[in-house]
Amino acid sequence: MSAEMTPPLVDAPPRESFLTAGYGVKSWLLTRDHKRIALLYLASITFFFFLGGLFALLIRLELLTPEGDLVQPETYNKLFTMHGIVMVFFFLIPSIPAVLGNFFIPMMIGAKDLAFPRLNLLSWYVYMIGGLFTLWAVVHGGVDTGWTFYAPFSTVSSSSHVLPAAIGIFITGFSSILTGLNFIVTIHTMRAPGMTWFRLPLFVWSHYATSLIMVLGTPVIAVTLLLVALERIFHLGFFDPALGGDPVLFQHLFWFYSHPAVYIMVLPAMGVVSEIVPTFARKSVFGYRFVAYASVAIAVLGFLVWGHHMFVSGQSVYAGLFFSLLSFFVAIPSAVKVFNWTATMYKGSISWRTPMLYAIGFIGLFTIGGLTGLFLATLGVDVHVHDTYFIIAHFHYIMVGGAIMGYLGGIHYWWPKISGKLYSEGLAKFAAFVVFVGFNLTFFPQFILGYLGMPRRYHSYPPEFQVLNVMSTAGASILGFGYVLPLAYLFWSMRYGRDASSNPWGATGLEWQTTSPPPTENFPVTPVVDWEPYEYRPKKEVAAVG
Amino acid sequence: MRGDFPLFPDSASTIASQVDHLYFYLLAVSAFFSVLIAVLVVVFAIKFRRRSEADLPPTIHGSLLLEITWSAIPLGIALSFFVWGAKIYFRMNRPPDDALQVYVVAKQWMWKLQHADGTREINELHVPLGRAIELKMTSEDVIHSFFVPAFRIKKDVVPGRYSTAWFQATKAGRYHLFCSQYCGTNHAKMVGWVDVMEPIDYQNWLAGGGGSGSLAAAGAALFQQHACNSCHRPDSQARGPNLEGLFGRTITLSNGRTIVADESYIRESILNPTAKLVEGFQPIMPTYQGLINEEGVLELIAYIRSLQHPNSSSGTRMLPPTNRMPAPNRPGQETGGAPGSRPADEERKP
Repeated sequence: MSAEMTPPLVDAPPRESFLTAGYGVKSWLLTRDHKRIALLYLASITFFFFLGGLFALLIRLELLTPEGDLVQPETYNKLFTMHGIVMVFFFLIPSIPAVLGNFFIPMMIGAKDLAFPRLNLLSWYVYMIGGLFTLWAVVHGGVDTGWTFYAPFSTVSSSSHVLPAAIGIFITGFSSILTGLNFIVTIHTMRAPGMTWFRLPLFVWSHYATSLIMVLGTPVIAVTLLLVALERIFHLGFFDPALGGDPVLFQHLFWFYSHPAVYIMVLPAMGVVSEIVPTFARKSVFGYRFVAYASVAIAVLGFLVWGHHMFVSGQSVYAGLFFSLLSFFVAIPSAVKVFNWTATMYKGSISWRTPMLYAIGFIGLFTIGGLTGLFLATLGVDVHVHDTYFIIAHFHYIMVGGAIMGYLGGIHYWWPKISGKLYSEGLAKFAAFVVFVGFNLTFFPQFILGYLGMPRRYHSYPPEFQVLNVMSTAGASILGFGYVLPLAYLFWSMRYGRDASSNPWGATGLEWQTTSPPPTENFPVTPVVDWEPYEYRPKKEVAAVG
Repeated sequence: MRGDFPLFPDSASTIASQVDHLYFYLLAVSAFFSVLIAVLVVVFAIKFRRRSEADLPPTIHGSLLLEITWSAIPLGIALSFFVWGAKIYFRMNRPPDDALQVYVVAKQWMWKLQHADGTREINELHVPLGRAIELKMTSEDVIHSFFVPAFRIKKDVVPGRYSTAWFQATKAGRYHLFCSQYCGTNHAKMVGWVDVMEPIDYQNWLAGGGGSGSLAAAGAALFQQHACNSCHRPDSQARGPNLEGLFGRTITLSNGRTIVADESYIRESILNPTAKLVEGFQPIMPTYQGLINEEGVLELIAYIRSLQHPNSSSGTRMLPPTNRMPAPNRPGQETGGAPGSRPADEERKP
């Protein structure tokens, strides 16, 4: 069995790791080690996550009372815009791929690094330059178009810092494209001997699908933002009807990328869950190939459903019909995944460690997020709930309940491997519980608010909506506390935590076959794979093999 | 904080209950699957919890039968959502023929509503109970969206085109009107009310509402003022197409295409006349962009709509108001009617 193939390393104290390979600032900023670059990303996205969270907190505080009394309407509009831009483009899209994908894809396939290490470092710099543009826009007064930049408001009407924010997103998009390209080439060319496509961990499959979207979709948002800039600066009439443009065209272009972008955010989280569930159930993933194919199906179908954001925009009724039908199709592979994860737990040996709590939380919340997506794909119902808090609740169930739960689950799952340290299990379980409760209290009332008709992006609202808004704000405070906890105890564990063994969870992936934290070259000897994915054999047999 | 807080919206239009029924069906299915998954996950997590570190569960690779089952059943249910939702959506997009027309012009940050009899309202719309109301909407600046939760209707109001929505109220009362497409600083203040009145109250309200002549009459005045009739005449020397009986007719363009002369076509022909040229005419008409605002365009459309052929059998149409206007302009007459002077138009600005 795999664990016995590298016997000298198991539980041996790490002699030399990627963390001890160099200590100066230069050794980090000029590193080509995918693991160090992943940690550069981890630090950057953590900063952006808490920045975006701060905006969210201010939004929720304003909505505590019906009157717009905490901040000015301009400020409120900038808060939800910056919350959206920072969270979507600077946290969620890079989160799991650029941190966990960067760190673990090479290790999971038995490679020493990504195919293009310099390009990988460039991706991070490009991301940071984009981030600086956007931060400049924040510091100099912000932008108030909504993260969706709808024209002609963004091109003609808004007098805020639309250009620097758009340039920031434009630049950051290239980091996404480069990362996707790197992953695709790596997965094709760098697999260890014996690591066939159907022996790949599902985390790798889901990142392969994600990378396809990054490479094919991101150029479209870049072009769209370029057109916005051209219309703003040179008054070229793309979207503004006064100049002969078509405002609905903007929405087609924007959602052609931004709907698949939802899958950039959630597919990697599905990949994390597909690793955690078999590890903590000590059992092979039920229907491995179906889960793998489902990732690709989601990526492909995801490109064909953008028009479901436009059922009330004035697009043709028949276009609406097709987009509705295709949107139902994309729901099926997601449902297949949920059923397969659930079936994986059947007759398993389930350990209730922190990562598993996050994975179970993900399954529950993603199920609710996915099912409420069906309401939005249903033409006659979408008309009513479109642009209300129902949508806000739905996509936060996918992006926060799904993507962030998956991200936190992944961080807790791989933390011993990344840092070589164990965190406090009790504290971590408590934080997972706080996050779950806080999340539901924040966003569940918003479904009810949405069906009642409270529109999104409202600075003030009719008084009969207040009770539900107060619940939501209370939940957000709890959720915020739940997010600060891991920041604290994970930092703490780096200095005071117990040393982690090579494979503290008894997992099967190649990344657990090397020391914690891994050496710079990942594996002393290139591993040879002769077992099936998630293969757990009886201990006696393992001993015999070993 | 108020004591009363609703958990479900008023249902006050013919379409609202249809939407609600589908919504309850979706809720029931969602609740079933959410509870199913939650129960399975929790039960498995407890029943199959790890009892010893030496536990090694049986290997189960999967089941094709199960995969097919749990793909096909959700697909079937999803298709039922699709069909039912599409039916309602089609109804929402097909206004009845006998609907009362209300014109809506949205701008940052107010709703301007005009009734067919010329009555104008801002951020408040009075409609009679039990009568279908068709909204023809456009925007003067950015995209807005007309949303009345109690009616379950919503439609984006897009600059440069007309969008249509309709409803038939079933319950008298006062209902929220929201702008639901983010439109800038005071988006949250772009709100108003729809007042649904008993038909008799509505008639009284209209009578006292100070409607200063119908929309078509206002359009006729604009038509005179801009000397449109110097070219658009019924006689053979006309330099522009005859507008009598134009509305709703299929016309042939200079490039051979045919088009139905609807609101959008007429609006475009006023603001961008050379975009779609009628067969047999020269591109000589100047643009009226910036000279006639969206409300003026709507009035002109109402006027053109009222112009029927002299031999038309339609008795419900109003007489061409030109008959009531003083001294029709002669061709070439340029006093006072040239584009640019529009005092009447200015007055109407709120």
